[in-house]
Amino acid sequence: MKLPITVTVNGTPHSSEVEPRLLLVHFLRDVLELTGTHVGCETGLCGACTVHLDGEAVKSCMVLAVQANGSKITTVEGLASDGELDEVQRGFWEEHGLQCGYCTPGILLAAHDLLLRSPDPSDAEVRGALSGNLCRCTGYQTIVAAVRNAARKMRQKTRHMKEVPMPAARPQKPPRAKKAARKPSAPGVAEVVP
Amino acid sequence: MPPAKYTGRKVLRKEDPRLLTGKGQFVDDMHLPNTAHMALLRSPHAHAIIRTLDASRARALDGVLEILTGPEIRDKLNMLPSAAALPDLRIPDHYVLAVNRVRYSGEPVAAVVAETPYIARDALDLIDVDYVPLPVVLDPEKALEKDSPVIYEEWKSNLAGTMQLVSGDIEAAFRKADRVVKGRLLNQRVIPVAMEPRAVQASYQPGEKMLTVWSTTQIPHTLRSEIARLLKIADNRIRVLALDVGGAFGSKLNVYPEEGLVPYLAMRLERPVKWVETRRENMLATIHGRDQINYVELALTNDGRILGLRVRVIVDVGAYLQMLTALIPTLTAIMSPGCYKMLAFSFEMKEVFTNKMATDAYRGAGRPEATFLVERAMDLAAAELKMDPAEIRRRNFIKPASFPYTTRTGLIYDSGNYDKALKKALDLAGYTQLRRKQAQLRKQGKIMGIGLATYVEICAMGPARAFAAGGGWESAAVRVEPSGKVTVLSGASPHGQGEETTFAQITADELSVPFDDVAVIHGDTQAVPHGIGTFGSRTTAVGGTAVYMSAQKVKKKMTELAAHLLEINPKNVVWRDGKIVAKTNPKKFTTFQEVVRAAYSAKNLPPGMEPGLDATSYFSPQNFTFPFGTHICVVEIDPETGEVAIVKYVAVDDCGRVINPMMVEGQVHGGIAQGIGQALYEEAVYNEDGQLLTGELMDYVVPKADQLPTYILDRTETPTTVNPLGVKGVGEAGTIGSTPAVVSAVVDALAPYGVRNLDMPLKPEKIWRILRAKTSHRGTGTQR
Repeated sequence: MKLPITVTVNGTPHSSEVEPRLLLVHFLRDVLELTGTHVGCETGLCGACTVHLDGEAVKSCMVLAVQANGSKITTVEGLASDGELDEVQRGFWEEHGLQCGYCTPGILLAAHDLLLRSPDPSDAEVRGALSGNLCRCTGYQTIVAAVRNAARKMRQKTRHMKEVPMPAARPQKPPRAKKAARKPSAPGVAEVVP
Repeated sequence: MPPAKYTGRKVLRKEDPRLLTGKGQFVDDMHLPNTAHMALLRSPHAHAIIRTLDASRARALDGVLEILTGPEIRDKLNMLPSAAALPDLRIPDHYVLAVNRVRYSGEPVAAVVAETPYIARDALDLIDVDYVPLPVVLDPEKALEKDSPVIYEEWKSNLAGTMQLVSGDIEAAFRKADRVVKGRLLNQRVIPVAMEPRAVQASYQPGEKMLTVWSTTQIPHTLRSEIARLLKIADNRIRVLALDVGGAFGSKLNVYPEEGLVPYLAMRLERPVKWVETRRENMLATIHGRDQINYVELALTNDGRILGLRVRVIVDVGAYLQMLTALIPTLTAIMSPGCYKMLAFSFEMKEVFTNKMATDAYRGAGRPEATFLVERAMDLAAAELKMDPAEIRRRNFIKPASFPYTTRTGLIYDSGNYDKALKKALDLAGYTQLRRKQAQLRKQGKIMGIGLATYVEICAMGPARAFAAGGGWESAAVRVEPSGKVTVLSGASPHGQGEETTFAQITADELSVPFDDVAVIHGDTQAVPHGIGTFGSRTTAVGGTAVYMSAQKVKKKMTELAAHLLEINPKNVVWRDGKIVAKTNPKKFTTFQEVVRAAYSAKNLPPGMEPGLDATSYFSPQNFTFPFGTHICVVEIDPETGEVAIVKYVAVDDCGRVINPMMVEGQVHGGIAQGIGQALYEEAVYNEDGQLLTGELMDYVVPKADQLPTYILDRTETPTTVNPLGVKGVGEAGTIGSTPAVVSAVVDALAPYGVRNLDMPLKPEKIWRILRAKTSHRGTGTQR
C-alpha cells in the first residue's frame, strides 16, 4: 500500500506516493535525492538527520514521510542561496566547525533552530542546544565558536537591515539586494524579526 | 623549504563548502540506477553451532533477489586477512559468512539481496536458523585457565599469541630498587563510533570486466588488493573509491566481510549492490578498541629515579583476528617506556580469544594503552614517594641533548624537549596556584583534583622495515595542467583530516601558485598512484612529503625549461613574484604560464627533456616520528552525585612543524574529546551471555557538547629530521595524552579518600560509592 503525500522541501513542492513505513529521512535522501541529510543511527540519538519541519528542528529518522504530508521542510541544501553560504555555514567554515562533515548538516540545522530562539547564545547555551547532535571529530569547541560566530554575523545583518534601508539607493549591487529579499524563505534570523 | 605564503598559516579548508552545503559524496549518497540492497542476518548468540539454516520463506518474499549462506560460498571467496604480527600467532579461519559456527554476537550468518533496503530487512526476519548455544568465553584471564571452554578446539586453548620484550637486567633493577610500586590497570574496551556507519557499494561492467567499489575505507589501495584476493580476480580490473568518508578513527582501516560480499554479489547479479551498516551493526560488528589489562611494576630509587619497568599484559582480542588485531598491542610494547630513561624494561604479553567482536586500531592504537600504563605508574610512584607528579617526571625525562635517543625497546626517538612542553603546560595551567587552590578547597570540603600526563607517541607510520609486510611509504603526483592550474594526486586517503587543504598549502608554496589553483584528488585507485592510506598520524608527514617531493621535481623541471627559454644557465634563475627571472638581470624573465605553455607545446625543449609537466614521488621514511607533549586536567567532583566536571584542560603538544595551525588544533581537540570519553564515559559492556549491552547510542556514551570542556592549547615546535617538511603528525596525540591526565585528576581529587587508582570509565556511580563509603579505599597496588 502506498499513500500520496505532498511536501514542500526548500521551497519546492514535491508530490509522491510512499509506503506508510518510509522514514522522512529516507524520503528526502532516496526519493528526492537530497543526500545532504545523513543517517547516523535511526534511533533519534545522533542528530545527523536533523531538518526543519514547519520551522522547527526535528530528527528526520523519527518522523514518517506520511506524517510530513503538507508540511514545509528545510534541509541543508536549502541554507545557501545563490551559491553563497549562509551565516551559519560561513561561521562553521571560518571556525573549523567540521572535520569529516558527516554530522555537520544536522548540526547546522540544530544551530539555526537555536539562533531563531536565541540570537546571542552563551557557550553553555550552545552546548546545551546541541546536546542532541553527536560529533566525533571536533570535540565541539570549534562548533561552539562557529555558532557564536554565526550569531554575530546574523545580529550584524539584522542591525544593518534595520538601520540602512536597502534597495533603491544601491542599484549597483543587485546580488546583495536579491539575497536580502530571498532570505526570509530560509531559516535565518529574518524569520524571527517581525 | 619554500617561503611560506600558506604553510604555517590558518587557511580555511577546501573541503568545507561542499560538506556545508550537503554536497559531499559519502558512499550512501551514490545512487546508481537499478541498485539492489544487501542486508545481513547476524548471530544473536555469542557462541553457538548452526544446526540448520532455512531461507526458503525469505526467498519466497516478493522483491528478494538472492540469499547467500556461509557453507554455500565458503569456496567462492577467500578468507578475510589478518597480519601475522606475532611469531606464534594463531590465525583463525575467518569467512565472510559464518560456516557452521558463530563466535560473537553480531557475526554475519547470511546475506540477503533485495530490491529495496526495507525488503532486505524484512527478509532477515524470515530466515530460520537453529542454533545450539555453546558456553561463552568472556573474561580474558579466566579464558586462559585450564578448565575454560575453548573457542577454537583445534588449539585447545584460547591463547592467540604471545610476545616478550626484555631489555637490560630487569631482575637486577628490581633487586636494587629502594621502592617498587605495582598496579593493575584496566584499559577497557571501547567502540570507535565514527558518525558515518560503514557502507559498501559495488557495480560491475561485464563488457569491460571492470568492478567498481565504493567503500568507507581509510585504505583504498590495500582494499583493492584484498578484494582481488577475496574474489580471486585481478587487481587491475578493480577500482576502489573512498571519496568523502565520515570519520573512522581506525575503524575503517580494515577489510570487512561486506567488502567481499557486496562486490561478489554485484558481479553475480550483474547489477549494482549497496549495503549500509545500521548503527547497531556498527557497534556490534565493526572493530572495537583497547581492551588490555596491564600489570605494571616500577622499580625506583628513593629520589624518584626509574630503575626498571616491568609490564605484563593480557589483551582481549575478541573472537577473530581482523587485519591488525594482533599487531596493535605490539605498539603498546614498544612505547611503554614513554618519555623516561630506565636501566631495564620487560614486557610480556598474551593475546587471548573471547566471544566478542575483534579489537583493532582505534585512534592511538596501542599507544594510549602504553601512555596510560606508564603515566599511571608514575603517579603511583609520585604518591608513594610523596613527590610532585611533575617533578618525578622531570627527573626521569630523556634530556634534549640525548636525541636521537635509542630506547630500551630499540626505537630511535628522533627529537624532543619534554621538559619544555611540561614547563609550558604547567605555566599555562597556573600549576603552582592550582595546588594552592586545591589545598584551600580541600579545607572547605570541596573535591578538586589536578592530573597530568606527559607523553611521547610514535607516528608517521612508518619505515617499511618496521612492518612484516613492508609498505609504510606514501605516494603523490603533482601535475601542472596546460591551463597552469595544479592537480595533486595523493595515495593517502583522509576521512575528515583535510589533506585537500594541507597538500594544497604545501604545493602552492613550492610552486608559487595561488592556493585556489590547486586541486587535490584522493581516494580513487584509478586516478592516483598506488598508495597506502591514512592512519597512524602519517598523512602529512609521509604523504605530505611525497607531495612536496613531487612539487620540487616539477619546479626543477620548470626552472630548467625557463633557463632554456631565457638562454641562461639554470643556476642563474630565480622564482620571484610569479616570474622566473634571470638573477643578474631582472628585466630578463619568463612567466609561469609561458613555461607551462612551452612544456606542453614541446616545440622548444632543452635536449633530452620530455614534454609535459608532472612528477610522481614515493616517500619512504627511514624512521618513525615521535611527537610529545603534556596534558593537564583539573576536575571538580560533585559530592552528592559523584559526577566529574572538567573545569580546566590544558594541552601543550609538539607535533613538529605545523602546516595549518587551525587544523592541528582541531585534531588535538577531537583527540582529547575521545580520550575524555574513554576516561569518563565510554565502555563496551557484554553481559554474561556475550550480548553487547551497549549496542546503541542510548547505552554507549559518546560525549555530547555539554559534557566536554573548553580546551586551552599551546604548542612547542621541535622539528623532525625524518622528513624534509619537519612534520611529526598530530592525529592521535590528543587521545594519547588526555586519558591518563583525566584519570590522574580524578584520582588526585579522591586522594583524601585513600584512592590511588581507579578503573575507567569513571562514571558517577563508581565515584559516588567511594564518597559514600568514606572509608579508606586503597584502589589497587601501592604496596612494596
